[in-house]
Amino acid sequence: MSRKIRVLVAKPGLDGHDRGAKVVANALKDAGMEIIYTGLHQTAEMIAESAVQEDVDVVGLSILSGAHMTMFPRVMDLLREKGAEHIMVFGGGIIPEEDVEKLEKIGVSRIFGPGTDTGKIVEFINGRFQDED
Amino acid sequence: MRPGYDIPELLERFKKGQVSAAARLITILENGGIDAEAVLDGIFHMTSNAYRVGFTGPPGAGKSSLIFRLTKKFREKDKKIGIIAIDPTSPFSGGALLGDRIRMQALSDDPEVFVRSLASRGSLGGISNCTDEVTDLMDAFGKDLILIETVGVGQSELEIAEKAHTVVVILVPESGDGIQAMKAGLMEIGDIFVMNKADHKDAELAAMEIEDTLKLKKIADDAWRPRVILTSAKEDRGTGEFAGLIEEHRVYLEQSGLFLKKRRQILFSRVKNALMDKMERRLRASESVKNIMADRMDDVYEGRLSPFRLVHELEKIVTIK
Ligand SMILES: Nc1nc2c(ncn2[C@@H]2O[C@H](COP(=O)(O)OP(=O)(O)O)[C@@H](O)[C@H]2O)c(=O)[nH]1
Ligand SMILES: [Mg+2]
Repeated sequence: MSRKIRVLVAKPGLDGHDRGAKVVANALKDAGMEIIYTGLHQTAEMIAESAVQEDVDVVGLSILSGAHMTMFPRVMDLLREKGAEHIMVFGGGIIPEEDVEKLEKIGVSRIFGPGTDTGKIVEFINGRFQDED
Repeated sequence: MRPGYDIPELLERFKKGQVSAAARLITILENGGIDAEAVLDGIFHMTSNAYRVGFTGPPGAGKSSLIFRLTKKFREKDKKIGIIAIDPTSPFSGGALLGDRIRMQALSDDPEVFVRSLASRGSLGGISNCTDEVTDLMDAFGKDLILIETVGVGQSELEIAEKAHTVVVILVPESGDGIQAMKAGLMEIGDIFVMNKADHKDAELAAMEIEDTLKLKKIADDAWRPRVILTSAKEDRGTGEFAGLIEEHRVYLEQSGLFLKKRRQILFSRVKNALMDKMERRLRASESVKNIMADRMDDVYEGRLSPFRLVHELEKIVTIK
């Protein structure tokens, strides 16, 4: 009986490149996880609905556009509404220190700055799910 | 970290139409074992002949894009849609990058469409081992039409013919797909052949090539003659006609009585395959098999015993009346 960590990786907002998100998605795949990659221009509603349908354990959002203070809370709210508050949410991107604190307060598990070693992200997720199987 | 689950409670919520419960039940089906059996036991009586369409064809041909367009068309007719999109598991890491949703994002605000991405995991080729069960679950969840996108490579792509009522083969003008399709045996299983990317030059020519190949096939007068259609998922051209062809094939199967026959064939091969799977797993796990092999392989290595002879010995521990 195999059980895989399932992760949804999305790139919300209007800005048009997703190289960072793709690099993370590939690193997680190489670490044995199943990645649902949903691409660019995601709304919070699309992200939350996809996360529920796919029954993921983790949602990773890559944000460059500065919309993080509306996007993260909205996704968290929608996940709760849909009965999926157990899903761990993390983020990546350029986010000011004081905002990082605020986001962690509302339940975002971790924000990774630009250029974070992907190994760190793998380690972080594995650490959360290690106690299983 | 991950919450545990309670199958009876999930089934309760599933019956009330909760997407999160359906999604978790699919995960349990994927993970297999006795929990998966309990889930199937709980939902099988709720299945009601949802129509199953399988899509195959090389990676990049436009399967996901066309499924998106088709879903839009079928939604206009108020059909509830389930989509199962399978992508390959990496044999090296066991991980998978499931990217079919990229082409289907505009569906995720429609509550009557349920999209689930599956990794092929342990299966040999283009299909996930739990495809039948996940299809049942979507059927039991009230979907009228279930669209199954396979990986699109390898011989086991042909498995889709054992799971779907209509098999759609999607090809593209470049790279001589016509010839490849014949080689892979796709010509035998396709009910509808789609030449996608009709916005590219040579699409028409390539479609004619497929038509010519199909003409060589002997088909009884009253049988379904496989159809060829040009589409552009990019420009949404030919997609309405494509949806119409699927409907036409469904009506043909129903009126000819083949729909029920196909349904029985699908279930028959499921029972057979599940039995084989189970037997294989039991044999692999069997201590007596391991012990006998540990004892006797030296005789094979040194030429005193032929492989077949050893298998005869091993067979004796299997009792099938
Ligand atoms: N020009 C053109 N490109 C298309 C068409 N259909 C799909 N594509 C593109 O082909 C690529 C692969 O499409 P996708 O639906 O993911 O193919 P799949 O791997 O078979 O599911 C994507 O970049 C699509 O945008 C089409 O009709 N015309
Ligand atoms: Mg695809």
